[in-house]
Amino acid sequence: MSDILDIWSYLAEGQLLWLSATIIAYLIGDGLFRLSGAKPYVNPVLISMFLLSVLLTATGTSYRTYFEGAQFIHFMLGPATVALAVPLWQNWTKVKSAAIPLLAALFVGSVVAMGSATAIGAAMGLRGDVLLSLVPKSATSPVAIGVSEAIGGLPTLTVALVLITGVIGAVVTTPLLNALGIRDFRGRGFATGVAAHGIGTARAFHCHGTAGAFAGIGMVLNAILTALVAPLFVQLFF
Amino acid sequence: MIFHLGLFLGFQLLGEVIARIFTLRLPGPVIGMMLLAALLLARPAVGEKIKGTASHVLSYLSLLYVPAGVGIVQYLDQVSEIGPALAVALIGSTVLSIGAGALTFKYVNRLRGEADETPL
Repeated sequence: MSDILDIWSYLAEGQLLWLSATIIAYLIGDGLFRLSGAKPYVNPVLISMFLLSVLLTATGTSYRTYFEGAQFIHFMLGPATVALAVPLWQNWTKVKSAAIPLLAALFVGSVVAMGSATAIGAAMGLRGDVLLSLVPKSATSPVAIGVSEAIGGLPTLTVALVLITGVIGAVVTTPLLNALGIRDFRGRGFATGVAAHGIGTARAFHCHGTAGAFAGIGMVLNAILTALVAPLFVQLFF
Repeated sequence: MIFHLGLFLGFQLLGEVIARIFTLRLPGPVIGMMLLAALLLARPAVGEKIKGTASHVLSYLSLLYVPAGVGIVQYLDQVSEIGPALAVALIGSTVLSIGAGALTFKYVNRLRGEADETPL
């Protein structure tokens, strides 16, 4: 019979362990989310990130080794983004009829995200590549990585900032929009998707189908706008 | 279902190819999504077939961000230095962006003389 440490060291270097650990951590996070009665601050992504970070730190496993296994889940972000075409198509008449307020909300939400993140970061003493890494943080991660590279930020830091932004958005959006008295699920979802990409979109789908569809549209449109506007923004303000 | 996933992958691939050919700054999946949306608007029957798979995939959307999110462990040693400033910037800007975006939607919609769409 093999020593338990031998089994561990065999598994820890392989892909199966970290792929499984990611799914188990997510199931725990999702289970806690359901147990809480879908409270926004019990966020499944945040819980899974926390559990896996503790596990990696405790076992001395590098992120690179972890990602070797977890990349299969990461890869699905591509097809899932393509799948957003379906709710867009299903809500097409609603989207067309609200095109003007949607485009206005897109522009304001996107520019406020970039501008306020940079202004607050600079006021808090951040400079150089760390500050530039903040600019694309509301865009979905594949877009944000490319933008961060193009404008002189640190792509790996940007990924972390994008993810934290998504979790913050998912946690604050329901109480924030209730406090602001915004009841229209199109506007609620859309603003959440623009500011907090796919993690905000996942939260919006939990709340309401229309909110989720409009969040997905907001995420995709902000991905496009950020890719186009971020380089201009940096030229103007840096 | 596997055919439907294949369709999503196919459009992602098409998007990547188009992004390379025309050296667009947009990521392949976003271009693929726009092309698939165009196809569904032209051929609604395709949409009826794939909508079940799409909603299934999208119900796990937040899981797909976990592997990238765990990348935060690479920055744990820098958290004490830049963490607080980044946290304030992220919380502040996310609250401002959601609030400003949603208020803009609401008031531009009102300017057009249209009522809020509230459920039930």
